Amino acid sequence: MEVQKTALYNYHKNLGAKFVPFAGYEMPIQYKDGIVKEHISTRTHAGFFDVSHMGQFFLEGDETLIESLEKIIPADLKNLKINHSKYSFLLNNEGGIIDDLIITRKEKGFCIILNAACKENDIKQISQFLKKNHKHLLNNDLSLIALQGPKSVEILEKLIPGVANLKFMTGSNFEYESENLYVTRSGYTGEDGFEISISNTKVEKLIDYLISNEVKPIGLGARDTLRLEAGLCLYGHDLNEKINPVEANLKWAIAKKRKEVGGFNGWEKIKNLLANGSEKIRVGIKPDGKVIARENTKIFSSDNNEIGFVTSGTFGPSVNAPVAMGYVKSEFSEVGTSVQLEVRGKKYGGKISELPFYKKSYVK
Amino acid sequence: MSEKKFSKKHEWVSLDGDVATVGITKHATEMLGDIVFVEVPDAGKAVEKEGQAAVVESTKAASDVYSPISGEITEGNKAIADDPGSVNTDPEGASWFFKLKIKDKGEYDSLMSKDEYDKFCKENPS
Repeated sequence: MEVQKTALYNYHKNLGAKFVPFAGYEMPIQYKDGIVKEHISTRTHAGFFDVSHMGQFFLEGDETLIESLEKIIPADLKNLKINHSKYSFLLNNEGGIIDDLIITRKEKGFCIILNAACKENDIKQISQFLKKNHKHLLNNDLSLIALQGPKSVEILEKLIPGVANLKFMTGSNFEYESENLYVTRSGYTGEDGFEISISNTKVEKLIDYLISNEVKPIGLGARDTLRLEAGLCLYGHDLNEKINPVEANLKWAIAKKRKEVGGFNGWEKIKNLLANGSEKIRVGIKPDGKVIARENTKIFSSDNNEIGFVTSGTFGPSVNAPVAMGYVKSEFSEVGTSVQLEVRGKKYGGKISELPFYKKSYVK
Repeated sequence: MSEKKFSKKHEWVSLDGDVATVGITKHATEMLGDIVFVEVPDAGKAVEKEGQAAVVESTKAASDVYSPISGEITEGNKAIADDPGSVNTDPEGASWFFKLKIKDKGEYDSLMSKDEYDKFCKENPS
């Protein structure tokens, strides 16, 4: 497969980006400042992220579209108001997570933001439930820019008046450069911010404006440290098709009504897990010292029994300490439980920690 | 203190009598990015030329640090283990990794000079 590039590829290059292949795309891992500075400037000022590799999947249809989507997505789509968004997933027959996503109700249907590596398969899975009169489109003519950090609102409001009125996990249409764009108040860093869906032809102009307001470009490296500090999952690492939402400690993301009546893929299994708990569960882990417990690090109990593994681990620049997430047997999941992390053949102490590691500041 | 010599794995060595000081080069720190964890060897540990001797981790990944020279460790630099970020700021000065008592000065002589190392980096960009 040919390597794909986002509309901003050359722009990133001019900003001094270092690229890595990611989900079939050449994406910036970092720019000149490096991961720690990018991370800190997002938390203290604002940063922008080109997330145009993610799928922007639009669906239109009558009432039956909701029924179709609810078979594979355990959100309460019937009661989701127009311009409101939910974090949810696509589930397989065993209740495993095919992908995690953000779904937004639009006037005529829905927009679903899908992970880049999963989007082709996601569309195949969703399509199985669609009817002939349901229209769908993966829109590759649109870029997606995340603007994140405490100054985001002030900066974007000057350019696009009205965005400051958006509440967290809601969106709206705005006009920019005599074109329509869609802005949601959301993100994946634990900061206040926006995701801006904008045509590929206008996106450079938007970025020019952000840069002139000292908004730094942020690569995938800092995106990873930011989301991990915020306790947010990365698909393909913390989540996969063999992990269900109860194990992933994401049962809050299954709508209350859907928990009661079910009717989605894997419901029987998930109903049972909701009642009885799961054998393993996703937790936060803080190593005691400075050692970094990266993905696949084995986790042991204090009496040396293997109890789980790390799925994401790095140094958290805002926490100023190493942080990790992983799965442990449920009886070891209580916050404060002492564990051991096997790194390069040596065992280091750590503790099960609350998530997030870094406190969020969303505008509700 | 003798002039610094350099290895293809981006370590530097300086020699004072039969005690060598080893660190990683500025070029190495630029490739690694922000350094967030360092593990240095304890005194008494024997290391072989090109054998694993220390660990350095950046936000991106963990890397081994090899000893460009054989000998017995006399000291690991605890200061950089406590403050890994200091390796980014002074890699070829205060942020050395370890000192070792060498056995064979010939190993030191065979390493690259500063000019040779700079040329090597230019020819092998990563």
